[in-house]
Parts: sequence; C-alpha cells; structure tokens
Amino acid sequence: MSSVVELEHARVCLGDRAILEDVCLVVEEGEFLAVLGPNGAGKTTLLRALLGLVKPAGGSVRVLGRVPSRGNRAIGYVPQHRTLEADLALRARDIVGFGLDGDRWGIGFPSRRRRAQIDEVLREVDAVDLADAPICQLSGGEQQRLLIAQALLTNPRLLLLDEPLASLDLSREAEIVALTEKVCRQRCIAVLLVSHDINPLLPVVDRVLYMANGHSAVGPTDEVITSAALSRLYGSPVEVVRALDRIFVVGVET
Amino acid sequence: MFDLFAAPFIQNALLAGTAVALVSAVVGYFLVARGMTFAGHALGHIGFAGAAGAVLFGLAPLAGLLVFTTGAAASIGLLGEESGEHDLAIGIMYTLALGLGVLFLSLYPGYAEGVYALLFGDVLGISRADVRLTAALGLIILLAVAAVYRPLSFSTFDPGVAEARGVPVRALALGFLLLVAIDISISVQVVGVLLVFTLLVGPAATAMRLVRGPGRTIALAMVLGTCYIWLGLFLAIHVAHGTWPPSFFIAAISFAVYMPARLLSR
Repeated sequence: MSSVVELEHARVCLGDRAILEDVCLVVEEGEFLAVLGPNGAGKTTLLRALLGLVKPAGGSVRVLGRVPSRGNRAIGYVPQHRTLEADLALRARDIVGFGLDGDRWGIGFPSRRRRAQIDEVLREVDAVDLADAPICQLSGGEQQRLLIAQALLTNPRLLLLDEPLASLDLSREAEIVALTEKVCRQRCIAVLLVSHDINPLLPVVDRVLYMANGHSAVGPTDEVITSAALSRLYGSPVEVVRALDRIFVVGVET
Repeated sequence: MFDLFAAPFIQNALLAGTAVALVSAVVGYFLVARGMTFAGHALGHIGFAGAAGAVLFGLAPLAGLLVFTTGAAASIGLLGEESGEHDLAIGIMYTLALGLGVLFLSLYPGYAEGVYALLFGDVLGISRADVRLTAALGLIILLAVAAVYRPLSFSTFDPGVAEARGVPVRALALGFLLLVAIDISISVQVVGVLLVFTLLVGPAATAMRLVRGPGRTIALAMVLGTCYIWLGLFLAIHVAHGTWPPSFFIAAISFAVYMPARLLSR
C-alpha cells in the first residue's frame, strides 16, 4: 500500500523563485506531522502542492499514490485563518455543510440524512451547541473547530491545517491541538499541521518537518530541532534552547 | 385592492417591478456577501452609457444596457480578484462609461426626457412586451443562480477551500458578474441607473440583518423587494396621485426599512 504523502526531491516554484527545493518527505497513515519554519519558508506552498493548486517544477509529489489534483475528497483542508465574513447570514451548520456538498451543482435541499451527517461531525469536534449560531458571533477557536469539522465531512485520509493556532490564546491553542490529535488517532488519518511554534505541539507530534531557505529537514523533534541541524538549514548560527519543557529557537525569526 | 391596480399600465408596472424585485433579491444577496456592491453600483452607471448610445443609434435602450453591462462585467471578471486594484479599475472603467454617456447625449439633441427615465426609471411607462422580456430574462437569471447555488455559496464564503475542492472559482465569479449585469439591465427601466441599488442591495442587506441562514435570508429579501415595489407604486399612484414618482417612494421605503433593521439588530 502506498503512503499518504510522498515527496521525492520535489521542487516548487512561484514565478521564477524556487519556494521548495529538493524536499523529500514520506507521511504514513495516522501520522501527526508538524510543519515548522519562518514566514515565507514555503509551508503554505507545500500544502498547495499537495492539493494540486501548484504543480511541482521538478521531482515528484504523490498523494495516496497519485499526482495531486484539485477536488480530491480524500484531503481535508483548513487554510490559514481569516475573519469569517459577518454579512453572509450563515450559521455554523451552513459552513460545515459546504464540506459535504459545497462542490455539487444545484440548490441541494435539506434532508434528514444531510442533517445527521453534519450533526455527527459537529459532535466529533465538540461543537453541537454551536450548530445554529451565526458564525460572526463565534470566537476564533470556535470558528477553527467548525472549519475542521467542514474538512472532515468527506472522510479524508489526509488533513492539512494551515496555521490553525495563529491568533488563539494558550488554552484555545491547547484545545485545538487536542482536537486535532483526537481526530488523527481515532480516524487514523495523516495530519500535516503548519505552525510557527512547536511548543503547543510537543506532546502530540510524531515528527516535524522544518523548512527554511527553501530547504527542509524531517524527523523526530529531538533530531530536527537542534542547534546543529537548524544552523545547517538556515546556513547561519542558530541556538536551540530547551527550558521548562519548552523549546526556543534563538538567532532567527520564527 | 384590485380596482386600485386595474389600469393596464399599472399592471405592467407591478409585473415588471415584481420580477425585478425577486431577481434582484437573489442576485443582491450574493453581491453583498461577496463584498462587490461597488461593482454593482458601477455596472448601473456603465449601463447608462450603453442605453444612451443605443438611443443615439436608434436601438432599444435595453440592448445598449445589456451590451455595455455584460461587456464591463466580463472585463471586471477577467481582471481577477485582488480587491483593492479591482475597485480602482472598476472606478476608472465607470468614469469612462459616464464620459461616453454624456458624449452620446450631447450628440443626440432633444433627449432630455429619455435621460430622466434612464437615470430614475420609468416604471409607469413599461409596455406588456417589456414585461415579457423582463420576466424572461429574470427567469434565466434565477435558473442560472439555482444551477450554481451551492458552489457559488461555497466560493463566496471560502474561495480557498472551494478552489481546493475543485470548484471553478474564477469561472463562477465571472458568470455571477454577467448575471448581475443582466439583472441591472432589466432593473434600469423600473428604478433607473441611479437607483438600481435600491432593489439590488436594500432588500438583501436588510434581510441579512433580520434572519439567519441563507435560504431564509434570500426568501425575506424577495418578500421585502416585492413589498417595496407594490407599496411604492400604491403610494405614487393613489396617495401622491402621480405627482411624486414611484422611484422616490421605492427608495424611501427601502431606506426606512433598512435603518431600523440596522440599528436595532445584533
């Protein structure tokens, strides 16, 4: 059986600029991978390559054994958080429902089965009581839960979360991490979670992919986030400090 | 009530007005949700140049409206999505259209009355043939929106995820603008280019304040728009006895309903 994600010497360019250079990565079913690195390192571009939204200029990219293409229902995707439009008059239930049939033509009348499917996924992300709330009244963490629920409705085998922890306070951050881990383990699906900070993810990730300067390193946290490995990646001296069960990377902007 | 609306020209006004109100409510919901009300506003004014040009060349104003608004909609759609630049480009296109409009007018002497109708609508001057054409175009818009309803909603709410899911986001944006253009073209004879906003944005924006859920919002916007038309015509004909134009009443009612809804809700 093929791996969920396989990148071999993948190179992705935006215009003339190579964003990803020689990325090699294999992610297996049920694996929780944190994708780390400074702004502009290509974390989002990596996700877009897996979604088939950008084509690799070299090497190969495979998702579930196939060349990525748009409209793959085996991938759940939550892009970088934006403020959800207040004027749409949508309820939580409506936005979660997009995950089920937002790509189908026609009006799509409500049915008991559709409602049950949405309720079930809302239970999974612990947001049943939000079902009929207007989205503009929900907090960032609540909106993030709903977007994860939306991404789960096609029963994906790969979940891509782009900066789901950005602009959340510490306890909301921990809730989203715990939810993501639960989804990953219970559904046995591969998760790629993009983050600026490894610390909230330390207890749950299996491996990390650290990207910087177009290059990347992948492996267990203890092997990748070290002074030697990161200095090599950045091409300049970087100090990794461990204190109070937390990791700090000094010498670069993260 | 039926006696009040017995005259054929009043019936035509009601029929065309209702058709336009229903279609504009649906189109307006998506226009407001997509944050594209400026494009809607500009398309009305661009249509004005088309109508003036059509009259200059001896054609039906609606033909000129359709050509100019759909042409402009296609250009706006092809410009892409970066909204800041987008609005600038729309604004520049719209001033060019107004310039053309004034040129066409100055080349066509003795047209002042027709201009007035284009700017502010001439709902009481609509013929039965106009009603049929309006209804037919309106039906086409409604069927088109129904056909793309789910992907259009999805890409309005979240273009990034919709694109990843294989929804043709760009094509839908362009197609939707073409529907806006047709809707504006048929609205102009009812409320005029300066007041297309009244039916396009007023009911949808008010409904979004009052109810939750897209289905209910669109339904309420349709009811509101239709009420504005009927009440506006009733007041113009039977209370003001034709001395105050229906467009004034329709715009005034739209405002009078929106303001308390805006101030009192959420």
